[in-house]
Amino acid sequence: MTSHENSGSIGTARVKRGLADMLRGGVIMDVVNPEQARIAEDAGAVAVMALERVPSDIRRDGGVARMSDPQMIQEIQATVTIPVMAKSRIGHFAEAQILQALDVDYIDESEVLTPADEVNHIDKWGFTVPFVCGATNLGEALRRIGEGACMIRSKGEAGTGNIVEAVRHLRTINQAIRMLQLADEAELYAMAKDLQAPLPLVQEVAAAGKLPVPLFCAGGISTPADAALVLQLGAEAVFVGSGIFKSDDPERMAKAIVEATTHYQDAAVVARVSTGLGAAMKGFETATLEQRLSERGW
Amino acid sequence: MPRVGVLALQGDVREHTASLQRLGIEPLLVKTPEQLALVDALVLPGGESTAIAHLLITSGLREPLQERLNSGMPAFGTCAGLIALSSEVLDGRADQWSFHALDVSVRRNGYGRQVASFETPVELSTGDLVPGVFIRAPRIERFGDSVEVLATHDHGDGAHPVLVRQGAVWGCSFHPELTSNTVIHEIFVKAL
Repeated sequence: MTSHENSGSIGTARVKRGLADMLRGGVIMDVVNPEQARIAEDAGAVAVMALERVPSDIRRDGGVARMSDPQMIQEIQATVTIPVMAKSRIGHFAEAQILQALDVDYIDESEVLTPADEVNHIDKWGFTVPFVCGATNLGEALRRIGEGACMIRSKGEAGTGNIVEAVRHLRTINQAIRMLQLADEAELYAMAKDLQAPLPLVQEVAAAGKLPVPLFCAGGISTPADAALVLQLGAEAVFVGSGIFKSDDPERMAKAIVEATTHYQDAAVVARVSTGLGAAMKGFETATLEQRLSERGW
Repeated sequence: MPRVGVLALQGDVREHTASLQRLGIEPLLVKTPEQLALVDALVLPGGESTAIAHLLITSGLREPLQERLNSGMPAFGTCAGLIALSSEVLDGRADQWSFHALDVSVRRNGYGRQVASFETPVELSTGDLVPGVFIRAPRIERFGDSVEVLATHDHGDGAHPVLVRQGAVWGCSFHPELTSNTVIHEIFVKAL
């Protein structure tokens, strides 16, 4: 047995997608300070998303929403042992460069922040840090993967506490994947054109029957039942934004959503953890919203 | 043939399942004490070690799994699974616990955060060369006399073990399950 001294290859697609694989079956929680990050880790979160305001507060406050203050991200990194993610604006590669320099574990190029570029997303291949991006349909998901995203999440409608948009996005993505599986090879060219997605990725999805990267759910998850619903619809993990720290009892809600995510196929467990939780976040009816965040991104 | 289970609370359960299936084994997914009672050997997957530790308690699996490991059940842990099987966790949470089934001290994220995650070929003591995918990997910083080192990696500061065995319990810092190479799974399964 010989030992080869080397530091290996960093930033490969396999190590970037691999971290997303490690988060599967888990809950990623939005936190705005070290105390919340501690509560999230204690509750069994697989990662935290460090941001200055949760989406429901961004929605309430209005104005331009930007990358968080590095100091706040570093305080959270110093508090927890689990991965720390942070958000950059769509197309704002300088914010992403800063987040990579801060050693965050994943960057969410997120429609929750105000977009910086109305045409282009970040070219994510050039980064060592992996990216997650939101999608509302398969074409959008494949465009993001084509740009180098290593994890896709449904956009849902962040900050509403309403699961309806996330369900629509998951069903839309999975229906389109099933359509590709049914198509013959000649039909995939036209389908790639209709999806506005790169042909090689369309062919890959048609053959595999799934995205080449993990598909997570975000946007509107507020109860253990919401988590069980989206996992049964094919999501491989969940992001919970406002749903935990805008509920009556964040510690219990966080633990309950973690347990429901693992045992999503066991309704008796989901029933037990849902019992006596107190009020979930109040939420919004999405039909009456003035600003639909899920329409951001191209 | 012994019945092999994969601990399925969180993490890359699907990849371990696929690796075992390539060897002709249909593993049982273990989320409950009842399912644990049905298996003769257990694979502990990669994932987040703190989340898996939390879910082992809330799922009622910590005590029965500790008893099975104490009574010699074969087990194979990768990354977070290695941390769970170890006897000491460095840089973990203050209340981080482990099963003490493998006499090693592991440092969480001992090779750095995600931007330092890396791939490198790893040579086993059998002579096999396998792809090593290290993701926020734990580093084995100490191992007991009864621990057999089956592979090491030198990350520029001396060779550290990355695949170890103590009796029926095996631990790996990296993720053979993220590749199509099944050499390490095969070694574990053949020893059952």
